[in-house]
Amino acid sequence: MFCQDCHERPATLHFTKIVNGQKTEFHICEHCAKEKGEFLPGSNTFSIHQLLSGLLYGDPAISGTASPGLSQQSVLVCPKCGMTYQQFAKIGRFGCSHCYEVFDSKLDPILKRVHGGNTKHEGKIPKRIGSGLQEKRELENLKKSMQQYILSEEFEKAAETRDKIRLLEKQKHQEKGE
Amino acid sequence: MSLEHFISEAISPWMKEEGPDSDIVLSSRIRLARNLENYNFPDFASKEESETVIRKLHEANGDQEFGNWGEFEILSLDQLKPLAKRVLVEKHLISPHLAEQSKYGAVMLNEDESVSIMINEEDHLRIQCLFAGFQLKEALKLAGELDDWLEEKVDYAFDEERGYLTSCPTNVGTGLRASVMMHLPALVITKQISRIIPAINQLGLVVRGIYGEGTEAQGNVFQISNQITLGKSEEDIVEDLRGVVLQLIQQERAARNNLQQGLKIQLEDRIFRSYGVLANSRIIQSKEAAQCLSDVRLGIDLGVIQGISRSILNELMILTQPGFLQQYANEMLNPDERDILRAALIRERVELEEA
Repeated sequence: MFCQDCHERPATLHFTKIVNGQKTEFHICEHCAKEKGEFLPGSNTFSIHQLLSGLLYGDPAISGTASPGLSQQSVLVCPKCGMTYQQFAKIGRFGCSHCYEVFDSKLDPILKRVHGGNTKHEGKIPKRIGSGLQEKRELENLKKSMQQYILSEEFEKAAETRDKIRLLEKQKHQEKGE
Repeated sequence: MSLEHFISEAISPWMKEEGPDSDIVLSSRIRLARNLENYNFPDFASKEESETVIRKLHEANGDQEFGNWGEFEILSLDQLKPLAKRVLVEKHLISPHLAEQSKYGAVMLNEDESVSIMINEEDHLRIQCLFAGFQLKEALKLAGELDDWLEEKVDYAFDEERGYLTSCPTNVGTGLRASVMMHLPALVITKQISRIIPAINQLGLVVRGIYGEGTEAQGNVFQISNQITLGKSEEDIVEDLRGVVLQLIQQERAARNNLQQGLKIQLEDRIFRSYGVLANSRIIQSKEAAQCLSDVRLGIDLGVIQGISRSILNELMILTQPGFLQQYANEMLNPDERDILRAALIRERVELEEA
């Protein structure tokens, strides 16, 4: 059967609309269904969240096959918005920013899967509420590179980096002292 | 400014500017997802919470300093007719999600429609900046400035470890989605695109149709955007996308050259046939219209067709969408009626150019 709208593609959606007792049958293709847009349920409902929740359900920790810890996990609930971990896993979305803290112990594997193995923010830090974080991150990065210099036996560079770290830490203490 | 201003014109003022590499890159977009601390995310928020978020934006908008980016208008979605919403979606000023699913949605638009801040979409705020042509860095800069400005006024949900917290875990971290809209007819004609798309996907980028998630590419226009938002800086994300787009531009140009050298007459035949269809048809479906517009635009870019402006593709692609047609006709139309009006509008526009 061909689509009754475009007569080009096979009809893949069949439904009956009843308005004031008057019955109308529709046989249309997906393309025309999309054009009709909001009038048709089910034509455009697959979303990233469903895909994501599919991934989350694949997690043995929630699919029910495991484990003694299950009972404990199933009671993870955000006190602020009331979202449970299971709800979150089902819809693939957080209820509020506090959920991140509550579900923190379960997030790393999920974030790794959607962000190419990353779990930690490396981007912009808001100026006002994030002041202080910038210096902290710089220090962390310097310490990391110092370790790398030591491992690769580039001691001169390591010493330079150490001096930078000391300088930064000193500045930090002075600021606090004021 | 009024609603009329935003829904009567098919092309936004920013689109009239010719950006860099605009023979291939139609537009560049940066979107930042932000949420306010202490309020549930929009889909889980109470009416009061949602209204508070909108009120805070109204307060911010009342502030003089916002003048840096021109005058802004805040539109409440519940005061818009379905058709007006659809038109805003077709212009990419709001998302389908905001139009259809948001309970207390609003959008803040500037005069030339290059900035759109969606309120109570999936996240409290979605800052979107649109630029003509290939201008990702410029768009990132502007979005960053707007973001800084807003951060002065409202408390963002931010975590040292996870970054900007978003409703969906796929946006957490930078909350950044960078995307470009590319017209790639030669890569489609030479069938190279089917090899290229999987390669792009492997780099952590996504290729979609022009209306985002789950839409097919109409008229050889593809949207390419980043998928990963966590663990990379904003600059790196944009740079990675830019690198891929630059290569695509080169490949598309090379494919256009090859076509012109090897299949000149066939290519010209195709372009002029499509031109003939647009100039003469009485009934045309959106898919066919998009394909013909793509061919004609290619003809313009290659100098085969002269005397017609490049913006014809951008303009008619939007003008011939169902929402716009109905807005134009000022009534609801069934698909057959739309196909007739679409054909008439295109003929009119093409004749206008010829005259």
